[in-house]
Order: sequence, then structure tokens, then C-alpha cells
Amino acid sequence: MTRSTDSGLLSPQEAAVRVAASLKKRGRSERRFRYLGIAAITLSILFLVLLFAGIFTKGIPGMFQHYVTLDVVLDKGRMDPQGDMSEASLYSGDARGLVNESLLIALGSPEGRKAKRAARSILSSGSASRLTEFTLKHPELIGENVAVKFAVDDDIDSFMRGFISRETPESDRRINDETIEFVDRLDQASLISYEFSDYLFTGSASRDAEIAGIKGALIGSIWTLGVCLLIAFPLGVATAVYLEEIAPKNRMTEIIEININNLAAVPSVVFGIMGLAIFILVFGLPRSIPLVGGIVLALMTLPTIIISSRAAIRAVPPSIRDAALGIGASKMQTILHHVIPPAMPGMLTGTIIGMAQALGETAPLLMIGMVAFIVDVPGGVTEPATALPVQIFMWADFAERMFIQKTSAAIIVLLAFLITMNAGAIILRKKLERRWQ
Amino acid sequence: MSFRFLTAVIISFVMTTTAVARDYVSISGSSTVFPFATIVAEKLGQNPAFKTPVVESGGSSVGKKSVCDGTGTQFTDIGNASSRMKVKELEYCEGNGVAVTEIKVGYDGIVLANSKKAPLLKISRADLGKALTAEVPDVSGTSWVPNPYQKWSDLNPTYPDITIRVYGPPTTSGTRASFAELINQKSYCGNDKVAKALSAERGDKKGKKCRAMRTDGAYIEAGEQDNLIVQKLKEDPSSFGIFGFSYLDQNSDTVQSAELDGVSPTFEAIGSGKYKASRALYFYVKHAHVGVVPGIEEYMTEWTKHWGDDGFLADAGMIPMSKVERKEMMDRMNDLPALKKDDLK
Repeated sequence: MTRSTDSGLLSPQEAAVRVAASLKKRGRSERRFRYLGIAAITLSILFLVLLFAGIFTKGIPGMFQHYVTLDVVLDKGRMDPQGDMSEASLYSGDARGLVNESLLIALGSPEGRKAKRAARSILSSGSASRLTEFTLKHPELIGENVAVKFAVDDDIDSFMRGFISRETPESDRRINDETIEFVDRLDQASLISYEFSDYLFTGSASRDAEIAGIKGALIGSIWTLGVCLLIAFPLGVATAVYLEEIAPKNRMTEIIEININNLAAVPSVVFGIMGLAIFILVFGLPRSIPLVGGIVLALMTLPTIIISSRAAIRAVPPSIRDAALGIGASKMQTILHHVIPPAMPGMLTGTIIGMAQALGETAPLLMIGMVAFIVDVPGGVTEPATALPVQIFMWADFAERMFIQKTSAAIIVLLAFLITMNAGAIILRKKLERRWQ
Repeated sequence: MSFRFLTAVIISFVMTTTAVARDYVSISGSSTVFPFATIVAEKLGQNPAFKTPVVESGGSSVGKKSVCDGTGTQFTDIGNASSRMKVKELEYCEGNGVAVTEIKVGYDGIVLANSKKAPLLKISRADLGKALTAEVPDVSGTSWVPNPYQKWSDLNPTYPDITIRVYGPPTTSGTRASFAELINQKSYCGNDKVAKALSAERGDKKGKKCRAMRTDGAYIEAGEQDNLIVQKLKEDPSSFGIFGFSYLDQNSDTVQSAELDGVSPTFEAIGSGKYKASRALYFYVKHAHVGVVPGIEEYMTEWTKHWGDDGFLADAGMIPMSKVERKEMMDRMNDLPALKKDDLK
């Protein structure tokens, strides 16, 4: 039997009907919310896929390039005129001539200045250096006939990839008909191979796209990040411990706290300007060196480390401190033995994220001269160096077409670096994490 | 632990501060000279006796300023520029006690290009300036109005019936500055009678105000990356782009350059001065560092090996100087005459 009660309350049946009606509505809005969430995630995944597809379709081919294998006679007198096998002697030798001669032989000894010029344009201008390096590595082979792989010129490489069409009129092409004929001849003799580029990881910055590599930039990045870590990590952790555990809570520490938070929001280029003004102009350090770069990046990552370290210290339950103090540990012992160890995973995570951020920065490096064309691989923190993102930025702007693929290849390396660092952060956290019961 | 680290860092820092002396040449400046300067630097670095010079990009004004900032190894040795030093800039040098020698290394052409799929544009420089400057005289020729031309054919019915849309570099670029000066100011406001008279009327005899580019969408700033502009032209055949000759040279199978006053930009036309939208490229070398920083003389000599008609620099798109000019510059490298204000007039 159904009836409303006098007290104004709904009967269970009526309530059930109303709830059933509103349930539908609530279910609908819940579904809407879920769909919105799914749509947002799908969209961001779509963009990510697009980005990766773009980078990988260009970058994977950028890791490969075309080589010509030539038989070269390592004539002792011509390779090494001073006879002491020193770098200077090999530099003054005639490696270029030897390479060109063996190329002409491989092409069936074409006659005439124009034909020879066309033939020479096939090989990279770095071929002579490659032969001297080969000789330095294998001094026992001097005087013998050896097969050496030389990179082809970037224009020829673009042609072999089909980026330069044969149908284009000769006057509009970067390579002329005669050169194409020579390339075909080498190709038919299967002297040209397409393989993993050994220049990409062992070569340094170069204006010749085919011999350009990221070694210098990668090592520059490592030096810079090394200096950055060495300064930012101890300073950041010490600051966090002091502010959380030792400093009295007063106006002064409050001001410091606010300023650290503000520092985290300062645009990175400002740190570069400061680095220029203080370390280069006042202290007289040279431009373009990882030491200055590392200090500047350390200042930039300090707030990130301090903030995350403080959060990690705050997450250590007060009962741990009380227990340590209760059994007679000193303040310092409490901090070193019972607060920092459990807070370490959080601190390390913050540090690695800060480092990853520093790895991707170019703006602060611009002001201190690390955005530059630097060929020599840096052997220490006081030798000029550049960084990976800088190399990418510069390659993107060079006119030669082969740099487009090299740029994407370098981006893949940078991404791999970043993913490794972030994965390291996760592993560290999982390994060192302790749960409070 | 962290304290030990800290002291180690501080000690090493203090030690390096006192011990670091620069043994490589430091160069900065124009992004137009940059690709050529890097080629020369790399060639010098292949000699095991020298470290490769460090070349920074950043703009002509940065190059001229940084070389003049002072003497000492924390300052650069050589400044690159795609425009000549101005009297004011030289005064800054002299104020800091810096003497420099000016070396011209070659020329660069500024081209207006479009996709090969579109028809070739033949335009006069004056009309090009008229199409791109921000303000032009109104019909009666009495006052300045925002540029009303929407299509190339509005300027002259013989031009194609396409909307004016030109991609070009931003204000920080030397290419943009040269274009605005050579085309907008000198070719248009300096030649067009109405514009010239009206410029004088507003107290701007030289027509410097004409340098402003349109901001209504006809001229689109595409960033300092010329590669991006070339990419845009390939995708959109109705648009044009302004960039340096070397990018035209590298992409000659997909883009073509407009003829300005009947001359198209070729090596010969730019080198002989027939193609007018071109400028000279310079570097400025600081006297006080020659002989102190190793490699400066050799870096200069390295230029002379590659700046000829068949050299690596011509391959990369730099327009070589005449033999006479090259000889003169080689003499300058030996004598290092200090740049004086009279030279700039």
C-alpha cells in the first residue's frame, strides 16, 4: 500500500522513483565528464604521436648515410712527409691527393679538368681527415693497399635519398649531369653503401652536414651538467635542511622562503645575463666554457631542488625526530641519520628533474657564449663547449638540406637522454622509498 | 659530506679563475657572416697546431659592440658584421680604447623568392618598396596613409593578380635592416617623387621612416630561420619570401628568385653590383689581441685561402670580391690600419 505520510517525508517508494529519475541524470553527467577526460587524453596522445612521428620519420634516416668504399694505397712518402707519424706530419701530407686518385681509378680514370672536378665533388671534404685518422689508428698498414669507407658529399647523399630529382633541369640542381653519371657508375660497381652514420656520435660540429656529429655537444652537456650537479645538489640540500630543521621561524626566513619561490619563476635568460655580468665580466672567466655554464644552470635549478627537498623533509613524520631526540641523539645526528636518509628519494627526484630541465636549456647559455660553433671536443670544464639543445638549434638553421635529418637525429638523442634521466629518477625513488606505517 | 663538496668546488673555482687564459680565437656577430666564418674556423682547426676558433652568432650590432667592449681575454677578438660600422659604433670603440681594422670578406645578396610552381615575378625595386612599406602617400599626395595595396596587381596591372604575402626576417635581423634600407628607403622613398617630397615635408629628408615594414599581414615575420621561410614557400606557392642568397643557392630546384629591375640574383650579377639588393660582409679585428691570442693572424690568412671564385665559401653561397679588392684586403691584414672616422664617411 502506498501513501504519503503526514510528516512531509516521502514514502520509500516515492523516494525510490525520484532517485531513479535523478540517477539517470547523475549518470549522464558522470559519463560526460569521463568522455571529456578521455577526449583530453586522446588529444594529447595524438599530438605526442604526431610529434614523435615527425621526429622519427626524419630522424631515423638521419642516423644513416651513404659511404663510398675505395681502395687507397697508403704511400709512406706522401702520407707522412716528415716520417715521424705525428699529427702535424700527416696534416702536411697529401692525404687528399691519395683519396682523389683512388676515386678517379674507381671511376675508370676520367680525363679533363671538368670531369675530375665533377668526380671530386662526390666525396665529402672531410675525406682527407678520415684517411689521416685511419692512418693514425692503424700505423702498421702504411705502405699497403687498404679499403677505406669515405662519406659522400651532402648533396650526393640527398640525391641518393631521392630528395634531388634527376628530372630537374641541370641548371636548377645542386649536382650536374656528369656527377650523377659518376655516382651511377660507383653505384653499379656496388661501391656505395647506406649504413649507420659513424659521424653522428663520433664526429663534432662541422659545416659539412655529412661529417657533422654530436660528440662535442654531448660531452659539453655532460661537463656542464656535472658542474651544475656538483654545485646545485649540495647547496640545495643544505639550504633545504637548514630552512626546515635548523632555522628559526621568523620574518627573515620567511623572506628567504618567498624569494626562493620567486627565483623558481625567473625566466632562464635572466640567469644568463647575470652569469655574463658576474662570472665573465667581474671574475674574468673566458666565454663559452662549461664551468660558467654549469654555475649559471646550477643557480637556475637551485630553487627546484630546494623546494622538492623541503617537501621531502617535511614528509618525514615528526615521530621519527622525536624518537631520535628522545633516546639522546643530538640535533645533527637526528638530521644526518634519521631525516636525510628517508628524505633522500624525494631530494634525488627533485634533483634529477632539475637536471633534466637544465639539460634542455639554451637561453641562459646564449648570454655566456655557449651558443656557438665549437668544433673541438671539450677536454675539461675550462675548454669551450656547447650543449646538445644548442647544437639542435644551430643545425636547424643551416642552409644545407642534410642538416634537416641530422637535426631530428640529434633530437632523438636528446630525448633518449631525457627519458633515461627521468627513468633513473623513478628507479631511485622506487628503490629508496620507505613507507611509514 | 656536502660541506666537503662545497669547499672543493670553491677551491677549484678560485684556482681556475686565476689560471684560465684563452688559447683560442673568439668571434661573434652577424648571423649572415656566421655560416662563412664557421667554415673558415673549421678549416683552421683542421691544422693540429691551432685550436678551432669559437664562433658565436647574434647579429651585426652584437658583433660590432662585443669586439669594442674592451681589451682582455674575456672579450671577443673579432666581430662579424653584415653592415658597416657607423660613426657612433666607432666612437664606442674609441671610448673603450679599442682599435680595430675593418676587413671586407665578400658580398651577400638579398633575394625575394617564390615557389617554382608559381609564375616568376619581375618587379622594380621601387614598386617592391611601395608594396611592403608601412605607409604610403594617399591619392592626392598630401598625407601618409596605411599601405592600401592588397594585391601585386594593384601596384601595376602587369604584376600577377595575387594577394601580397611576403615572409621575412624579424627586426633583429641584419637582412631585414638591409632590405628596409635598400628597398623601402632608398629605392622607393628616395626615388618616388611624391613619397620623397612628402618625406621631406615631415622632416625626414633621408626617408628613414619608410623603413617600417607593413604590419597588416602583407609582411609576415617568420623568425630568424630562413629554412622555415623556404619551407613555407614550398607549401604555399602564392606567397613570397625574403632571405639571403645562400638559401636560394641551396634550394634552387624548388624556389626561384624574382627579377628586380630586370636583374636576377646570380653570382655574377651580385658580385659585379648589377643586382642592387646586396651588401658587403665584414669582420672587425681587435689590434690589442693580435699576437696575444694565438691563431688570429692564421684565421685571417685562412679567409684568403677560401674566399676566391672556386673556394669553399663560394660553394656555400658567399659572393666573392673582385681580385683587386681581395688584394687590398690582404694588404690590410698585414698592415692592420686602424679604422678611423674619416674612413666611414
